[in-house]
Amino acid sequence: MFMCSRTGTLAIAAAFALGVAGCAAHRFAEAPQPAYSGGKLGFGSTPTSAELAHYFSYPADGRGLPQGSGTYAEGQRIYQAKCMACHGEKLEGTKIGDKLIGGRGTLVNNRPAKAPVKTVESYWPYATTLFDYVKRAMPFNAPGSLSHDEVYALTAYILGEANIVPMGAVMDPVTLPAVQMPNRNGFVSPDPRPDAP
Amino acid sequence: MVEAEARYLAKLRDAARAPGAPPPRIAGRRGFLAAAAAGASLLPKIVHAKTPPGAVERAVPADPTKEQGALTNDDGGYGSRSQFETETRWRFGTPTRESSWTMTPLEHGMGIITPSGLHFERHHGGIATIDASRHSLVVHGMVEQPKKYSMADIRRFPSISRTMFIECSGNGLTEWSKPTLKTVQGTHGLTSTSEWTGVPLARLLKESGLKPGVKWVLAEGADAAVMTRSIPLEKCLDDAFIAYGQNGEAIRPEQGYPIRLVLPGWEGNTHIKWLRRLEVSDVPFMTREETSKYTDLMPNGMARQFTFVMEAKSVITFPSGEMRLPGPGFYELTGLAWSGRGKITRLEVSADGGKAWADAHLQSPLLPICHTRFRFPWFWDGTPALLQSRATDETGYVQPTLKQLVDVRGLNGPLGSVYHLNAIQSWAVAGDGRVTNVHV
Repeated sequence: MFMCSRTGTLAIAAAFALGVAGCAAHRFAEAPQPAYSGGKLGFGSTPTSAELAHYFSYPADGRGLPQGSGTYAEGQRIYQAKCMACHGEKLEGTKIGDKLIGGRGTLVNNRPAKAPVKTVESYWPYATTLFDYVKRAMPFNAPGSLSHDEVYALTAYILGEANIVPMGAVMDPVTLPAVQMPNRNGFVSPDPRPDAP
Repeated sequence: MVEAEARYLAKLRDAARAPGAPPPRIAGRRGFLAAAAAGASLLPKIVHAKTPPGAVERAVPADPTKEQGALTNDDGGYGSRSQFETETRWRFGTPTRESSWTMTPLEHGMGIITPSGLHFERHHGGIATIDASRHSLVVHGMVEQPKKYSMADIRRFPSISRTMFIECSGNGLTEWSKPTLKTVQGTHGLTSTSEWTGVPLARLLKESGLKPGVKWVLAEGADAAVMTRSIPLEKCLDDAFIAYGQNGEAIRPEQGYPIRLVLPGWEGNTHIKWLRRLEVSDVPFMTREETSKYTDLMPNGMARQFTFVMEAKSVITFPSGEMRLPGPGFYELTGLAWSGRGKITRLEVSADGGKAWADAHLQSPLLPICHTRFRFPWFWDGTPALLQSRATDETGYVQPTLKQLVDVRGLNGPLGSVYHLNAIQSWAVAGDGRVTNVHV
């Protein structure tokens, strides 16, 4: 059924392959290099501290978390007003918004018909991620509009509904990074690939 | 997902029929008036729903040698495609159009470059509209000298160009347990190749100077998702760059205008679009995308994190799903192969589901981390065939079968390990010439 004719194209391919095999350089050796790679060029300006204060990202140790605090009860009120339409009355999720709680014990699974239930409760390894994400991108129709107190309160509410922190817990820059998420040890790196065949 | 495809096609048909849609005009006013003065037969028609996007509809003369053609620069000076070419990106039927993705029509692709307007998209908060003159890039964190760059500053730096693919790690996510989408656009359309132009990230880090202990750099976008990913420093100092150009012009809004991060060979989500900030750090930030989303949950309940590289993959784009071969005879099988680890060094094709393999022609240029076009002369005898392609890259890695992948990674439901499907694709050619997506 096959008719394979070799042409100059393959000869070129072979030449390329030999070129690669001939040098021990690592895989990015052929990345284009800029014509100038010397010292500093000094372009740009120095951002003011006010400009930098506009930005945030909070790693798992909670460094840089803003002042403020919030409780389950406050969070419940905010959730009902600003989150429930997409994430559901019981945080069960809708067509538009992710399910936020439940799913513990579903991650071990090897049946294609049965979906693991990945939620903040069952899957997210760090509570700081919840604060960071809600502050940066929620609510979907008004991203970045919540105050720090509101974000702490929502965090307390969601973690409370997830039975990760007690309903009386106050979330603030100290308590939030101390929260132990159920799936804290559920991630492995570095990348084990190539893993197949 | 097949229903999503069907719904989409039905919607397109409805749109084509919809009367009274406001007709946008592409022709510039001056050209339009000049054409009007020159005679009605040359008048460029207004674009209506059935004219393909990017085309200007014109009257078709019976014999184009017997009358003057359209006026020079009559389309306003940017150009347009033939009104007879119809391929478009296809949007996967996600519940919202802000968080959604579109796929490249690979079955119509020629060569290795993806037209910028057909480059796949994945947005988490819509397409940001940004005025480049008001946009800046901030570099801060564990650096000696924090910096803020205007787009003019960025373009002043020594630059590079690189022709390379970007692939979403979700490419093929519908295909793990059963053949789902019908066309190669649906099964493989989240990969595209452009020539990207920009400034090596190592240059910007050098300008700021790194403090001891730096291991990660956070990249942040200026879209409504304020997308963030943590990137290992090693990659930032190696081949990462800040792109402002795509295929010879400013990058498209949907690709991150005015600048995006480019990480050759790594999953598309890390190529942060609308880039506004780089924060240098000793730890990863454990953002939502790198914990709860772009991680690979294995059947044992453990998830792989920071799985960046896109492994070698290939697919036959002609013939492919939903096509029909008119009859036995000669066909040039063609398709694309690519690897995030370097060059494609070998591409084999099979017509019997992987029992016998033959080498295909690899068409130059053979670029590392780039779509590579392959071609194979095939005489179809009219009997059912199972077409497959198998790529090998310069590291010696051979594209696995789906079974080999599933044997290692399992089938953790539709939401478990959905990313990084790079298995061999099978197209069944029936005796009547119809081509379908199958698993073997």
